[in-house]
Amino acid sequence: MRKGLNRHIGIFLLLKSVRMATLLVAICFISFLLIKNSPIDPIQAYIGADLLKVGPEQREKIAEYWGLDQPVMVQFFNWGSALLTGDLGTSMIYRRPVAEIISERFLNSFVLMITAWLLSGIIGFAMGVISAMKKDTWVDKFIKWYCYTLASTPTFWLGLLMLIVFAVWLGWFPIGLGVPAGVLAEDVTIADRINHLILPAITLSVVGVANVALHTRQKLIDVLASDYVLFARARGEYGFGLFWRHGLRNVALPAITLQFAAFSELFGGAVLAEQVFSYPGLGQATVEAGLRGDVPLLLGLVICSALFVFIGNLIADLIYYVLDPRIREGRMI
Amino acid sequence: MIVTVIAVIFLLSIVVGRFLLDEGRIATNLTIRNAPPSFDHLFGTDWLGRDMFTRTIMGLSLSMGVGLIGAIGSASIALILGMAAATMGKMVDRMISWLIDLFLSVPHLVTLILIAFTLGGGFKGIVIGIALTHWPSLARVIRAEVMQIRSAEFVQVSQKMGKSRWFIAVQHIFPHLIPQVLVGFLLLFPHAILHEAAVTFLGLGLSPHEPAIGIILSESMKYLSSGMWWLAFFPGLCLLIVVRTFDTIGENLRMLIDPTRAHD
Amino acid sequence: MSILEVEDLSISFKQYTRGLKQKHHHVITSLNVTLEAGEILAVVGASGSGKSLLAHAILGILPSNASMSGTIKYAGDELTAARQMALRGKEIALVPQSVNYLDPLMRVGAQVRTSVKQGDAALAQRKVFERYHLQSDVENMYPFQLSGGMARRTLLSTAMVSEANVIIADEPTPGLDPVVILEALHDFRELADNGCAVMLITHDIESALKIADKIAVFYAGTTVEVAPVDDFFGNGEALRHPYSKALWRALPQNDFVPIRGSQPHPSALPAGCLFEPRCEKVTLECRQARPEMRNLRNGMVRCIHAT
Repeated sequence: MRKGLNRHIGIFLLLKSVRMATLLVAICFISFLLIKNSPIDPIQAYIGADLLKVGPEQREKIAEYWGLDQPVMVQFFNWGSALLTGDLGTSMIYRRPVAEIISERFLNSFVLMITAWLLSGIIGFAMGVISAMKKDTWVDKFIKWYCYTLASTPTFWLGLLMLIVFAVWLGWFPIGLGVPAGVLAEDVTIADRINHLILPAITLSVVGVANVALHTRQKLIDVLASDYVLFARARGEYGFGLFWRHGLRNVALPAITLQFAAFSELFGGAVLAEQVFSYPGLGQATVEAGLRGDVPLLLGLVICSALFVFIGNLIADLIYYVLDPRIREGRMI
Repeated sequence: MIVTVIAVIFLLSIVVGRFLLDEGRIATNLTIRNAPPSFDHLFGTDWLGRDMFTRTIMGLSLSMGVGLIGAIGSASIALILGMAAATMGKMVDRMISWLIDLFLSVPHLVTLILIAFTLGGGFKGIVIGIALTHWPSLARVIRAEVMQIRSAEFVQVSQKMGKSRWFIAVQHIFPHLIPQVLVGFLLLFPHAILHEAAVTFLGLGLSPHEPAIGIILSESMKYLSSGMWWLAFFPGLCLLIVVRTFDTIGENLRMLIDPTRAHD
Repeated sequence: MSILEVEDLSISFKQYTRGLKQKHHHVITSLNVTLEAGEILAVVGASGSGKSLLAHAILGILPSNASMSGTIKYAGDELTAARQMALRGKEIALVPQSVNYLDPLMRVGAQVRTSVKQGDAALAQRKVFERYHLQSDVENMYPFQLSGGMARRTLLSTAMVSEANVIIADEPTPGLDPVVILEALHDFRELADNGCAVMLITHDIESALKIADKIAVFYAGTTVEVAPVDDFFGNGEALRHPYSKALWRALPQNDFVPIRGSQPHPSALPAGCLFEPRCEKVTLECRQARPEMRNLRNGMVRCIHAT
């Protein structure tokens, strides 16, 4: 039985990967074309303020260096084949390899996102459960109202409010910057990092609970109205024991899946939160690359975010595959 | 019902209010700069002495305008692709579902940044970006709806009677889609406004000279540390209320049209 | 003394129609049945007649928007909500109709074991599976993996291991093949012979007749007749109520004559006798008041014309 399961997962993973590969290639190609057609002059972006000092010959040299004098398809091909070897090019604004910047920033963003992800998942799930168990009471109405309102709240504005209250008025946290200014990167302590992490993480979590909470609420209401819960009650089960045995399992699975499938929104939220709190992550890099025309970095970040979303979706599918017996064992009969 | 009416009145008052407000209130007036909220200036004034209430209302109506155009574009794409997926055979259906996957596989905000970057920012970039990112879920709804109508008896009969594809589409399918498209449009409208504000806030959307909400909020960041909380608080709150109001209207309409699916 | 007595039971649902107007749906109207130990009472009637709600009312698991009046007595004492909670699963057990009543994400063995109220749960579960010829690997299966017959025996097992005195089986044989149905009926007969009181709620009169001691005929949310099983023969001349007779004659192996009209909707019940709009013997009196349940020839009937 095990062997069969592994083989099925293998085929499943293979199919998913093929699909993802076609999507990734398309994303790379489309992004590349889009960026190449942008009115922003990459050479100007590279040179920046020194533009006046650079003569036409120098411009040509730079263009040649970046391969900008060749046809777009050739450029794409060059870029694509370099990409396959793991070479994402060199960032124009940081003057460092894109892969290096992304991996460094990804770690920062990952810590932020995973904290917010866990917090919002757990709190949102708990809120949904409470809401469903107390359906139609004022608790339920309040949680529903809160969730709908949060879903309409601009993340960046919530971040600004957090800054106003906790950094400006209460002075508990620094205003902006991932690390304290004027301190060398090596001297930054874990405590410093955590200190800078708290506000953006809370902001992202507060916004993130809405989806899970509303989904869990509806799911649990359905489960509580199901025949099997009725039968469980007929057998004398009640209250928390009933929820623990029959509710939790049936509700947690879709909730976890939903959380993984929400990686896309998480990334979007992180972009905004990082910008508000000057947190040095992928999101901030994306904004800067966009603002300052750093083509290689922007392309690298688009691919990185697509991979991130894909991995979330893949895990969501895999969880269903492995944990839901209806799918897991159903295939073997 | 009452809620919906109040909500519509509220939104209309913002749109109309924009034209009633005195343009002079947003002229630079250094004698009253940095004033906290008062009866004269409900939302306070900024560092140039401009009235924040007037700026907020103007910003909101601008954001709603951009959101409206973007959402109309998005709903049109959804309508065309959804109908195409449902009626033009398996190949087209697969291609469109692949296209949907493509748009869902990059975070919306990143796609928006990418498109805004390509078009050099500004009004055009943000509208096209919004139109191109918000259609997938509505396209799916429309596709499912068309599939359902197509298998309905009256359409089958019509087909047997030799009516043309075009006739069936216009006479039978389209009228049934209108409420779905309308509700879908109303539900993606608030998202469009939010995303417009977000991208503008990041500096990739509308230009700093426009009185957009995103610009107001991004400018306010510079003055937060000096304690001028009203610069960020009121404009953001108003944005939240507008978005929430559209959401409520959309949800209520959906319940009216389709009571069984109201709890989704 | 009867182990379970249901007297004058009425169940209605509140429903909000447009605006704040309330509408009451009377799904069960002044219903009476009694259940004796060692006996099978079959409650038969067309689907949609509120039979399942009777079971839910006895167990105290009606939905929260239902309101109930009348009394239910267990072993002579009234079944209050608190007593229902204490007794359900212990003294009164339900055998539901389908595999949907099992938790889809829990192995069936574990679900049977949670029904064991005293002693070694694992042992009890193994024993009952053996008794119902369920292989030992069944306990590790999930509900969706069970065949119809296996599901039925598993559901019966949950009632068996609880060692309840009263077993309420709600449509326990839908869509099963005849062999499995026969096997199910034998299992219920065996339970009754061992001293249990069994209430078999079904729309399948033929099956019910094979094993039941008494038949309660259900119509539009009430019992119109309670008759010993022996009264069901010939053209139904021994039966008391016009509906029972019509139902009996409608069976394929009898005259196969359908009953004209259809059951009234719970929101639009007639003012008089509930069967009056479809009855052939209807008189003016029938339209004026609902007839009371009365004893007649070793059975009970709710009809003023019955003899």
